[in-house]
Amino acid sequence: MAQQIDNEIIDQVAILAKLELTETEKQQAMEDMQKMLDYIDQLNELDTSRTEPLPHLFPIENVFREDEAVNGDDREAMLKNAPRQKEGQYQVPKTIE
Amino acid sequence: MELIQLTAAELSEKIRRKEISVLEAVRASLDQIRKMEPEIHSFVTVTEEYAYRRAEEVEKGIRDGRYSGPLAGVPAAVKDNICTAGIPTTCSSRMLEGFVPPYPAEAVRRLEQAGAVIIGKTNMDEFAMGSTTETSAFGITRNPWDRERVPGGSSGGSCAAVAAGEAFFALGSDTGGSIRQPSSWCGVTGMKPTYGTVSRNGLIAYGSSLDQIGPVAKNVKDCALALEAVASWDPMDSTSMKRQDLHFSENLTGDVRGFRVGIPREYVGEGVEPDVRRTVERAAELLEAAGARVEQFSLKNTRYAIPTYYIIASAEASSNLSRFDGVKYGYRAPEYEGLHEMYKRSRSQGFGPEVKRRIMLGSFVLSSGYYDAYYLKALRAKAVIKEDFDQAFSRYDVILGPAAPTAATRIGESLKDPIQMYLGDIFTVSVNLAGLPALTLPAGMTEDGLPVGVQIIGGCFQERKIFQAASSLEQALEPWHMAFEKEGNVHGKTV
Amino acid sequence: MAKQYETVIGLEVHVELATKSKIFCGCSTRFGGAPNTQTCPVCAGFPGALPVLNRQVVEYAAAVGLACNCHINRLSRFDRKNYFYPDNPQNYQISQFYIPICQDGWVEIDTPAGPKKIGIHEIHMEEDAGKLIHDEWEESSLVDFNRSGVPLIEIVSEADMRNAQEVIAYLEKLRSVIQYLGVSDCRLQEGSMRADVNLSVREAGSSVLGTRTEMKNLNSFKAITHAIDGERERQIELLEAGKPVIQETRRWDENKESSRAMRSKEDAKDYRYFPEPDLPPVVISEEWLEAIRSRQPEFAHERVKRYQEEYKISEKEAVMVTEYRNLADIFEETARLTGNPKKSVNWMTGETMRLINDRGFRPEKIRFNPAHLAALIQETEKGELTNQGAREVFEQIFDRDQEPMAYIEEKGLRVVKNDGLLMEAVQSVIDGNPDVVSQYREGKVKVLGFLMGQVMKAMKGKADPEKARQMMEEILKQ
Repeated sequence: MAQQIDNEIIDQVAILAKLELTETEKQQAMEDMQKMLDYIDQLNELDTSRTEPLPHLFPIENVFREDEAVNGDDREAMLKNAPRQKEGQYQVPKTIE
Repeated sequence: MELIQLTAAELSEKIRRKEISVLEAVRASLDQIRKMEPEIHSFVTVTEEYAYRRAEEVEKGIRDGRYSGPLAGVPAAVKDNICTAGIPTTCSSRMLEGFVPPYPAEAVRRLEQAGAVIIGKTNMDEFAMGSTTETSAFGITRNPWDRERVPGGSSGGSCAAVAAGEAFFALGSDTGGSIRQPSSWCGVTGMKPTYGTVSRNGLIAYGSSLDQIGPVAKNVKDCALALEAVASWDPMDSTSMKRQDLHFSENLTGDVRGFRVGIPREYVGEGVEPDVRRTVERAAELLEAAGARVEQFSLKNTRYAIPTYYIIASAEASSNLSRFDGVKYGYRAPEYEGLHEMYKRSRSQGFGPEVKRRIMLGSFVLSSGYYDAYYLKALRAKAVIKEDFDQAFSRYDVILGPAAPTAATRIGESLKDPIQMYLGDIFTVSVNLAGLPALTLPAGMTEDGLPVGVQIIGGCFQERKIFQAASSLEQALEPWHMAFEKEGNVHGKTV
Repeated sequence: MAKQYETVIGLEVHVELATKSKIFCGCSTRFGGAPNTQTCPVCAGFPGALPVLNRQVVEYAAAVGLACNCHINRLSRFDRKNYFYPDNPQNYQISQFYIPICQDGWVEIDTPAGPKKIGIHEIHMEEDAGKLIHDEWEESSLVDFNRSGVPLIEIVSEADMRNAQEVIAYLEKLRSVIQYLGVSDCRLQEGSMRADVNLSVREAGSSVLGTRTEMKNLNSFKAITHAIDGERERQIELLEAGKPVIQETRRWDENKESSRAMRSKEDAKDYRYFPEPDLPPVVISEEWLEAIRSRQPEFAHERVKRYQEEYKISEKEAVMVTEYRNLADIFEETARLTGNPKKSVNWMTGETMRLINDRGFRPEKIRFNPAHLAALIQETEKGELTNQGAREVFEQIFDRDQEPMAYIEEKGLRVVKNDGLLMEAVQSVIDGNPDVVSQYREGKVKVLGFLMGQVMKAMKGKADPEKARQMMEEILKQ
């Protein structure tokens, strides 16, 4: 049987995903995720005991760049997208408690 | 014949011969956009000013030999998850509203180097998550064949734009069928190349191990030309491949004599609409008539592709989309108390429901205690699915099947039940899991007058075989029209 | 009777690698640029940007692994470590979790009880975070991504250390090895080397590990020592009071000499590691590894042994002179040029160290031509310079790599060898100070120093003091 999604799991998932859910959204999310996990559960019928996980499709390896500092200064083009900035830096709520 | 009815190859030829100016071509596209957009809404951003400026530059470039390729001067559209320097790129999300990339995607850079003129950014499912273009934060796109239906997705805007005559071709992206399914539903030709063929640099990632940029075009030749233009080895994308065989449009004769074509039984069985099945069967007959050998076979693990895909894609998405946090770009909630509330509010207000659904699922399957059972299991299942295809391609040159079980669905229908929507991806997702190239071309109509495409899948790096088979089919089928031609929405300059 | 406790310590050491460019992009790693001027879409986490691995980082990591007797994995991968924080632009850090580049090594440290092996669990490659500074004027923090993407290696030890001395010895050892490799300058104060201390206590004799805490923000050996002693006491107090030790991360405040838990309900502490899809695996072939191995330098502990045998210097001298590779290299070359290792090592451990402290220089930055020191030593040995003169010349070598011979000539520092001239000076001092001379003859031998001073003054410091003394005593005895 598929993993049961309870309040605790959905709260933890919301923390991990950095989402704020209303009570209604939370109930909906639990229901949606439960349905999905019930569906995904059929994957357990597939025997993969002799199969290695395949994170990369092709056997390419060792793709490197050489150690050269080649980049220019992109600051202005990037910073102008910042919701808040100050003195060339990205401004965020205070991080030190 | 009107200008906008030309294919990209025909248009650039006429531009080269000075029968048409680049400016005229761009104006024709923008006129068509003006006419069609109120009903279709293929675009998130139309770059009118930029296009006119580029038209002049390209015109000059063609005359002085800088742009000599077969796409020079051709108006093109780009999906809004592909970065365009100085042009907003939103992924059809509130989260990225107003974001102006400081750099262009490599595919865009190459497209412009080929002399194409970008006329706008096309609508899509938010962050490419969806199969209908209904999850866009900026409104739905309607199917040019039937305004009450969706164009498919997530590259619905790109496919609709080509079908509506707004662009001569477009770039889309395909993570689980996002080029092929809307191509089928909009009656255009679209291709997802072998993983690593087009640089992902500048493609805003959804599922990094699955994402590929690909072309959407009016016919097979344009599709091959556009892929040729954007395919490259890019040192900025560590997963891009060094390939020698990128001349897809050369010797596109449609000669399929001796081709072995396999049709997976699972692709034409239960759950596939009769019109769709008939279209595939007819395509098989035409290929056979052209000298190919066609037979059915079993891709027995097909049903595991969807759960495998949704685990892997959601997991990668949950990580890829974590950078959208209201700090560096995009949306930040107006009110918050402290850092974590800023994160949570910005993301909760900035992302739509489908995106949230997937990043929650993705966070869950990667979380401690569940990683092995879900994510690692999916990576194993992916290996099994790839192995199935490897075996199939030891026997067949290409695989033939539908791109989706149905033709275009009605607006609002699939959003009611996400799982039902996910099931529609059954014939496309395994191609991404195995990294394969696959193309959809229009091959028939439903009784309701909706286009139905067939999908041709090839082994890794076997795009040429796919193009040959597609070309053969295209020649054997009755001439295909774009939606706008069918409707008589053809105005403007006669050529 | 009070229970006896044993402290069990493991370290996680982060070292910033001295590459020219960042680990995954072509931005400069130079220190001190204006905020965000050394950033690009990759290291600032912009949408669509992709990482490409800097080859040098792999070589450096493997070199450190070899030096720490690690097994170098033929295939290693990068993984994403997912957590939200503003200095982490992608909100995931690209690191190595499942298959790190180096595993299962050890280094040897000296303890009062003799040499001890400290196990290295693994060494992996990862990217550094940006810098957050608190804005004093507004309730906000400001993010600078110039450091984001600077390459790091994390060296994870086994829980093999038992006290602060061993921890310091272990860190000194790592620093020596890494500096000899030229891979990093390993400055704790400046953050190019950072140590997190994992500590637990257990009753002496127990083989079960206690619950450990992780201590962060330790930027000096002093802070590390204080934090270890403080945390040991804190945990023992808890255990004695029957309270559990909570597994947590604590931040050390060196000013208050106390630590406090870094906890938040928003920190889920579940990093959801998974293979980085944007980076193919790193495969180190036998040939590549051999090439890296062949470039390994002779490390300090190896030189200590050889110097004692080859140069016949004491162990203490050998240890001192090999603390920094650049100084050891200067010593060796000087010894070779002069054939006089004893004098060479004296200059390195004596005057050189004195000047380093005097000037407040970083020992690892000292560079001067060994040929210059060798020439100076040869001149001194020939008795051409007084001690004071030699020291003056050496300061010039130390400060501006001055060629000594020219300087000696220019300043006329050479000792006057004309005995007649010296005799004249001695005689005239004796003649001019009859009172002092009679004091000497009455047994107040201490006044000899005064007379000698007068002679040296008359000779403008260029006399051979030994010879002058002999002449003086000869005449006075008459």
